[in-house]
Amino acid sequence: MSTTHDSPINLAQIERNFREIAPPLTEAEAIMESHRCVYCYDAPCTRACPTHIDVPAFIKKIASGNLTGSARVIFEANPIGASCARVCPVDVLCEGACVEKTLMAKPIEIGRLQRYATDAVFTRGRDVLKAGAPNGKSIGIVGSGPAGLSCATYLARLGYAVRIYERKPLAGGMDTYGMAEYKMTQRVSQEEVAQVARLGVEIKTNTEIGRDIQLDELESQHDAVFLGVGLGATSRLNIPGEQLEGVYDALDFIERIKTRDWASIPIGRTVAVIGAGNTAIDAVTQARRLGAKRVLMIYRRTDREMPAYEYEYELAKRDAVEFWWQTAPVEIVAGADGTRAAALRCVRTEAVETDDAGRRSFRTIAGSEFEIPVDMVIKALGQQKMVDWLLQIAKLKLDAAGRVAVNPETMQTANPKFFAGGDCVNGGREAVDAAQAGKLAAQGIHLHLSGERVEFAGARVPLHEETSEIKH
Amino acid sequence: MADLKVNFAGIESPNPFWLASAPPTNMGSMVERAFDAGWGGAVWKTLGEPIRNVCSRLASIDQGPQRMLGLNNIELITDRSLEVNLKEIRECKRKYPKHALIISLMVESKREAWHEIAKQVEDTGADGVELNFGCPHGMSERGMGAAMGQVPEYTCMVTEWVKEATRLPVIVKLTPNVTNITPPGRAAVRGGADAVSLINTINSVMGVDLDTLVPYPNVNGMAAHGGYCGPAVKPIALNMVSELARDAEVNVPISGIGGIGTWRDAAEFLLLGATTVQVCTAVMHYGYRIVEDMIDGLSNYLDDKGFHSVNDIIGLSVPRVTDWGNLDLNYKTVARIDHQKCIQCNLCHIACEDGAHQCIPFTEIDGKRFPIVDEHECVGCNLCYLVCPVPGCISMVRLDDGSRPLTWRELTTREPETMTAD
Ligand SMILES: Cc1cc2nc3c(=O)[nH]c(=O)nc-3n(C[C@H](O)[C@H](O)[C@H](O)COP(=O)(O)OP(=O)(O)OC[C@H]3O[C@@H](n4cnc5c(N)ncnc54)[C@H](O)[C@@H]3O)c2cc1C
Ligand SMILES: Cc1cc2nc3c(=O)[nH]c(=O)nc-3n(C[C@H](O)[C@H](O)[C@H](O)COP(=O)(O)O)c2cc1C
Ligand code: SF4
Ligand code: SF4
Ligand code: SF4
Repeated sequence: MSTTHDSPINLAQIERNFREIAPPLTEAEAIMESHRCVYCYDAPCTRACPTHIDVPAFIKKIASGNLTGSARVIFEANPIGASCARVCPVDVLCEGACVEKTLMAKPIEIGRLQRYATDAVFTRGRDVLKAGAPNGKSIGIVGSGPAGLSCATYLARLGYAVRIYERKPLAGGMDTYGMAEYKMTQRVSQEEVAQVARLGVEIKTNTEIGRDIQLDELESQHDAVFLGVGLGATSRLNIPGEQLEGVYDALDFIERIKTRDWASIPIGRTVAVIGAGNTAIDAVTQARRLGAKRVLMIYRRTDREMPAYEYEYELAKRDAVEFWWQTAPVEIVAGADGTRAAALRCVRTEAVETDDAGRRSFRTIAGSEFEIPVDMVIKALGQQKMVDWLLQIAKLKLDAAGRVAVNPETMQTANPKFFAGGDCVNGGREAVDAAQAGKLAAQGIHLHLSGERVEFAGARVPLHEETSEIKH
Repeated sequence: MADLKVNFAGIESPNPFWLASAPPTNMGSMVERAFDAGWGGAVWKTLGEPIRNVCSRLASIDQGPQRMLGLNNIELITDRSLEVNLKEIRECKRKYPKHALIISLMVESKREAWHEIAKQVEDTGADGVELNFGCPHGMSERGMGAAMGQVPEYTCMVTEWVKEATRLPVIVKLTPNVTNITPPGRAAVRGGADAVSLINTINSVMGVDLDTLVPYPNVNGMAAHGGYCGPAVKPIALNMVSELARDAEVNVPISGIGGIGTWRDAAEFLLLGATTVQVCTAVMHYGYRIVEDMIDGLSNYLDDKGFHSVNDIIGLSVPRVTDWGNLDLNYKTVARIDHQKCIQCNLCHIACEDGAHQCIPFTEIDGKRFPIVDEHECVGCNLCYLVCPVPGCISMVRLDDGSRPLTWRELTTREPETMTAD
């Protein structure tokens, strides 16, 4: 790939474009905001959080000046609570459920308060989690993403010797290599990784299971194994021209942005991003920030069907992205040199038959082909499942969509020694879901190996009281 | 983690956080839930001849969106039978042997009546009794509660009666509805009290409904003064607690009550001489769960400051309270504004202009108009510092070097003619 500065804008401008989209709260803001929270009982925000963090408790601890206690409440329910504070889709989770949204159309800024508390302990170098007394058992974890880090944290708190295997040079999974740079930098994910390491968890990076260490060796070294391998590479377009220069995989493109080495990141003048999920949005918004003049989002359906969240779509609109709905790519066309992408050939699509659930399907319209001149194409069609790798594990069962089948309470797979969670089980959701899965798996592993049931903070929706019948 | 255990007049408690005698301690199931939530002790809702309450009973003042800054009630003592209460107390103590269970009492002013109830309570296994000499409404019209607490002789007499009848530690709960808290405090000690607790609620009228013209809370078109409590009363309670903590004759432990809702409030009471604290309004507002942050916050604070036990901070600030005449007249501070932080709301200017000493004029910095303190004129009163909405924007800076302290007392003994010295 090119190592020269391709962008029409200067580096200082790029640096400014990648400023944090949600800056930290000042002390004055944190005081005001934490007092605005009404301290709900059986709080809707806590129910809506996939890790069921006791939100009112941590917010009131900010109000009382107990920041250490506040961060402890957060990390006890979610070991990657600092990342989640920045990358969670709060509009559809905690903040979407906040009573202040109902009352004032202005929910409490739960994400930013969560960041305020977790930043405070990281800055002061204060440890809020403790490892348990060693119990002599050893667990291997494949993958250091949100699922693996979370599982490792709880297991270390229970006294297990935990070793994480990670094929990449840095731990953290997609928190390190995938998050939009304006939401979160690698520093935050590395602080969380360090917090896990301080619990005594051994993290072996640059170590791929199946290549550097074989699966049977892994299995023989540990009493149980947790699979937090996430998803694989971006799906192929399967159209001619995919191999041309100037065609990128969204994940590779984003991974290069994470280095913040702006000059080394390739960027075109006109960039077409294919797909309309959250990753596609991250690709278009970041391509814009790198200096692309025109950014096009190519999608075969319409905005009604697009999988991206509403507020992510809004973000793309604010960045003046052009949306090409009902447009399907059929070929990436090379320029005169025969090696570089110069245009995207597309066809128009039309909606056909609506099924009972209101879902429409789209078919191409014959003879509607046209070309858009572009000098960069980013494929953002979603990630493949790691089916082949997973099927090397004896007795492991996958569902029809290639997801690892587990008991939803214990996260145990069909092979009793193996547990799994995160994107490889749910097919690709949010970091916070992976954190919760890691917690449940730690509980499941402990039950399997010791027969003892433990319940960590937020393992279930807290059910305070049963509803009761009232006589009138 | 710092040790939170305290021994209060012989009563062991896992932490200094107790529930005050009030609705949150109305019955066994409630006290048990409170202990499960983390409360170290509870003072049972006052026992006596069961009474009949009115409806409604509570009113409050709000400050903007903040509800119940001050709460007022016209509720009386328990409306449940003595028999049921005693049975539940016995069960509760059996289930929670390590928690502090104190029973609040109020009966008519007869020696036999106090003897009788004190013995019945001792028989339940409870850890102590608290004599409610504080209720300012209803009960006082019947010669009980504050009617007793306001007359030191009665306070002393009834305390003696109870001490005759029981070996349990006796705590006397004082009313703040007096001009000076020291005489009733001393009277309790003379009567043999093992400890005092304060404050009970303050006489108050909460406001008037401008449509019906009936003050709050409305009982069928009429209202009566009630007892005031909640965050708004904390400074009054802190003063009274520190007054007794400073008094050599009141040499018994103090349980601090009044406006406590967070670990910070509690720490302040402990520093000013309380060994335990009691909470009512904050629990009525948010539930028993608030004790979790009180425990967590206080132990983090103690750890941060290097204290190993909560006992290490009890009374630490008492020597820092003195009479006005002992304050240093030469201590000199002035306000200083950090223009990096200033948002130019000009509240400091107008506060100083119309409410203090006209020493915050404006100055121009980088084309913007900023308030600036004239340090020669500033008397260091703190007003601007108090009104400024930006944390850390105005600071009070010391100007004297501390080498020549001078008190009003010294000044007037040296030069009696300068009673109103410059
Ligand atoms: C571009 C992008 C943006 C996203 N943005 C957000 C967002 O803003 N907010 C949000 O909440 N979620 C976001 N997500 C989703 C989120 O990143 C995932 O849901 C989450 O990271 C899943 O965690 P995981 O631990 O299951 O997997 P991953 O984070 O993918 O971690 C899996 C780890 O396993 C390692 N691994 C795999 N195989 C092996 C092997 N054989 N040996 C050793 N190591 C191996 C991988 O290298 C990787 O580090 C985004 C995802 C993408 C792709
Ligand atoms: C509704 C209500 C009922 C109360 N009942 C009693 C009581 O029966 N006996 C008593 O000693 N104090 C009673 N109190 C006073 C409290 O115990 C406590 O002294 C006072 O509320 C101050 O504490 P706070 O600011 O935490 O509320 C009552 C207070 C309220 C609000
Ligand atoms: S729903 Fe909103 S107001 Fe209620 S506890 Fe949660 S953050 Fe606070
Ligand atoms: S708080 Fe409970 S008892 Fe009081 S008025 Fe409301 S519903 Fe009735
Ligand atoms: S009150 Fe504070 S913020 Fe407002 S003008 Fe004065 S110094 Fe500035």
